Amino acid sequence: MLTQTKQRQGIDMALIAGVTLVVATLSILPMGRLVFELVMPQGSFSLRPIQTAMGSSTTWTATWHSLQVGVGGTLLSVVLGTSVALLVSLTDVRAKSPFVLFYVVPLLIAPQVTALAWLQLFGPASPFLKLVGLAPALGSRNPLYSTTGIIVLLGVQYGPLVFLMVRAGLRKLPRELVEAALSSGAGRLTVLRTIILPLMTPSIIGATALAFVSCVGNFGIPAFLGIPANYLVLPTLIYQRLAGGGPAVLSEVAVLSFLIGLIAIAGILAQDYTSRRRDYRIASTSLPAAPFELGGWRICFEILMWSLIVVVLILPILGLFLTSLVSAYGIPLNAKTVTLANYAFVMFDHTAASRAFLNSFGLSIAAALFAVVLAVPLAYLVTWRVRWWTNFLNLSVELPYALPGVVLAIASLLLFLKPLPILGVQIYNTIWIIFYAYLARFLVLAVRPTISGLHQIDRSLEEAAQVAGAKLLYRMRSIIFPLVAPATLAGGILIFMTAFSELTVSALLWASGSETIGVVIFSFEQGGDSNYAAAISVLTVALTFILMLFTSLFARHLPAGVLPWRD
Amino acid sequence: MAGLKINNVSKSFAGFNALTNVSLDVRDGEFVAILGPSGCGKTTLLRLIAGFEKVTEGTVTVDGNLMSSPSINIPPESRRVGIVFQNYALWPHMTVSENVGYSLKVAKVHKTERHRRIEEALALVDLNGFGDRRPSNLSGGQRQRVALARCLVSAPSLVLFDEPLANLDVHLRASMEDEFASFHKRTGTTIVYITHDQAEAMALADRIAVMDKGVLVQFATPRELYEQPATKMVASFIAQGMVFPIEILSAQNGKCRARMLGHDVQLRCSSDQKVIAPANACIRSADIELVETGGIPIEIQRCIYRGGGARIEARPLDGSDLELHFDLPEPKRLKAGDRIQIRVISGWVIPQEYVS
Repeated sequence: MLTQTKQRQGIDMALIAGVTLVVATLSILPMGRLVFELVMPQGSFSLRPIQTAMGSSTTWTATWHSLQVGVGGTLLSVVLGTSVALLVSLTDVRAKSPFVLFYVVPLLIAPQVTALAWLQLFGPASPFLKLVGLAPALGSRNPLYSTTGIIVLLGVQYGPLVFLMVRAGLRKLPRELVEAALSSGAGRLTVLRTIILPLMTPSIIGATALAFVSCVGNFGIPAFLGIPANYLVLPTLIYQRLAGGGPAVLSEVAVLSFLIGLIAIAGILAQDYTSRRRDYRIASTSLPAAPFELGGWRICFEILMWSLIVVVLILPILGLFLTSLVSAYGIPLNAKTVTLANYAFVMFDHTAASRAFLNSFGLSIAAALFAVVLAVPLAYLVTWRVRWWTNFLNLSVELPYALPGVVLAIASLLLFLKPLPILGVQIYNTIWIIFYAYLARFLVLAVRPTISGLHQIDRSLEEAAQVAGAKLLYRMRSIIFPLVAPATLAGGILIFMTAFSELTVSALLWASGSETIGVVIFSFEQGGDSNYAAAISVLTVALTFILMLFTSLFARHLPAGVLPWRD
Repeated sequence: MAGLKINNVSKSFAGFNALTNVSLDVRDGEFVAILGPSGCGKTTLLRLIAGFEKVTEGTVTVDGNLMSSPSINIPPESRRVGIVFQNYALWPHMTVSENVGYSLKVAKVHKTERHRRIEEALALVDLNGFGDRRPSNLSGGQRQRVALARCLVSAPSLVLFDEPLANLDVHLRASMEDEFASFHKRTGTTIVYITHDQAEAMALADRIAVMDKGVLVQFATPRELYEQPATKMVASFIAQGMVFPIEILSAQNGKCRARMLGHDVQLRCSSDQKVIAPANACIRSADIELVETGGIPIEIQRCIYRGGGARIEARPLDGSDLELHFDLPEPKRLKAGDRIQIRVISGWVIPQEYVS
């Protein structure tokens, strides 16, 4: 009997130790390495890199630009996302589910693809504008190569993020609160202003912080729209320094990435501070309020909403698609010039591009699988074996995703610049460093749905298996995993979609032979081959759509909120 | 089959004492109910017996084997204790057969043997032919029976029931009560049954352990609990007994004379009851009768019609804030504000050492 006790503690300890080790390797180790580099650049104490980085005026210009587009993009996305959420949740507009599906898509399309699509739509070479006869003269400047352009695109990209959070908040709004105000004689707009919006402030503040962190950390959009105009933000500055200087400037860019990490954390802390002073916890769960009838205005709002879809989704994708069909830059699209040669080229002829498909596919599948396998024991510890340190474990998993991607990329570079100790294996400049960074960054996308899945499952289901004599690993396999599998797998698919066309991390970590799709799109666009870039982008967008539809097939087995595009 | 011995068990969670010095000796094959208001620690006790929680002090022994002590905690999966959970805890991704046969599969019982025992267990709870269904396609009562079968199949030495009827409607409760009783009769398994419903406990249990605020207050047969409550809490908790202050005048051979509300009454008491004042007595509503003169004057507060009779709530006129209640058959019609007289014909002196 005594040995059994020890045996059980052994398995438990092994699980805890294993999970902790993985989390430490993926989160605490790289972040710790980054902080170490600040204090001890290249292994010895020096303030030089900090002085160099902080003394340079480009640093301050880029910081100022980051704040500019961060605040601007956040404002735009909060206004857009909140208005759409209010319309969809509170009024009787029709066809809500398809609208939500389409509105959320930009969130799932890689930022550099969004940027490319808009550039193709508005540029002087735009086949679409040429088709409708509105194209500006060739050689004229694309209006999107500007601060405003970056802000608009960030707003489009992250509006859905705000939408999702505010909508989730509005779903929990008890109808009694609205009905009580209405029966006190308040009009619809007064209710909105005095009851609904104040109650939604925690959701809106939370969404604002998230949008700010995403905008500040975004690389794809300022890379495509800013670099040509020589408008650098911190992530693109880091990229340029590193591309020009190589590992020699690592200590200096570590300072820059720490700076952007600080800005992101400041955003999160500001949210924490403001929401703590406004704790409107809504305890009751009841039916959602009856929708406000818009009457004659309904059709106007519906037209407005679907126009938004056309502008932020259909037109850019169309522009992208048309560009991918013309043989060369600037040629108008007609029956003679339409061609599939771009697709054939990127898929079969261009070695780096076809290799990138394989690389990205392998990387995202592997990251998704590993994350799914790790997520279950991790979520199990965090939800069902709560100790004082499990919350810390959860925060550590969140960190690499919460901070901008460049931070993790630089941390990974620092960590693996030298061969692994003891093993002597060199990971730097191979595909494995990208795999490591993907797993570290996206693991949380599988952990979050698994945690919410476990919260919905009664703990007694596990206890029943325990009294039936099942040991921990057997329970994990026969009871816990089957029960949370839909949620965890949905998280895995989300990881696959995000990683497949990812750019921020791989732009800093790739080497010849380990190109990713994001990197290839970026290189084509930088080299002026927009048609090839567009062809690859169309393929990734198509893949994203197919996966979304496929995942929706088993959506009814999922806890609410796991699939962002399901209303 | 085995007895269960809980010896001086205490459990505290971060400074809060959920259980204090609980000792309970359950005989082999006995049906024991643990009864108490919510928050009394009965669920904690069950989780300690099952092994989900560790004891802070004391020991738990099943069939002579030490299961829990402050230094040893046999994991639940090695205790061979069956549990029927309040919400059944059936695994939704398995069929009824798979649910029932899970513990056999864990124990690597051969397939044909497993099938035989699953069929046997399902037959025992009257669910033949339901093996391929999913739990979601069963009614509440059927789910309860699957949970029972799942717990039977491995022939556990001890079965714990965690408020198994709390989620069922009134009609189903009665039939499940019968089912539990016949299950116990058939298998002779030792059963510990947690409930907050005293009617359920009275109907099923050989003995009932009444708990309050983490302390075991009284452990006795249902009749003893009703007739000889050990504390004021048990007296008022079981069948809503009334507790009145008394002054004992004499006590001998289990009978005593006392003064209650200014009148002399004859009460029952334990054989070693000492003559002390003040003390408390438990009076049941059947111990009260109406008299024309010479009784205790009371004023009716409320008269609740109960079909074929009425329940009367009243206050004595001596100014004390005691409350009385008793049942009256028709045709006596009383209304609030009426003044009548009553006589107490019997009662139980609550033993002095427990007076709190």
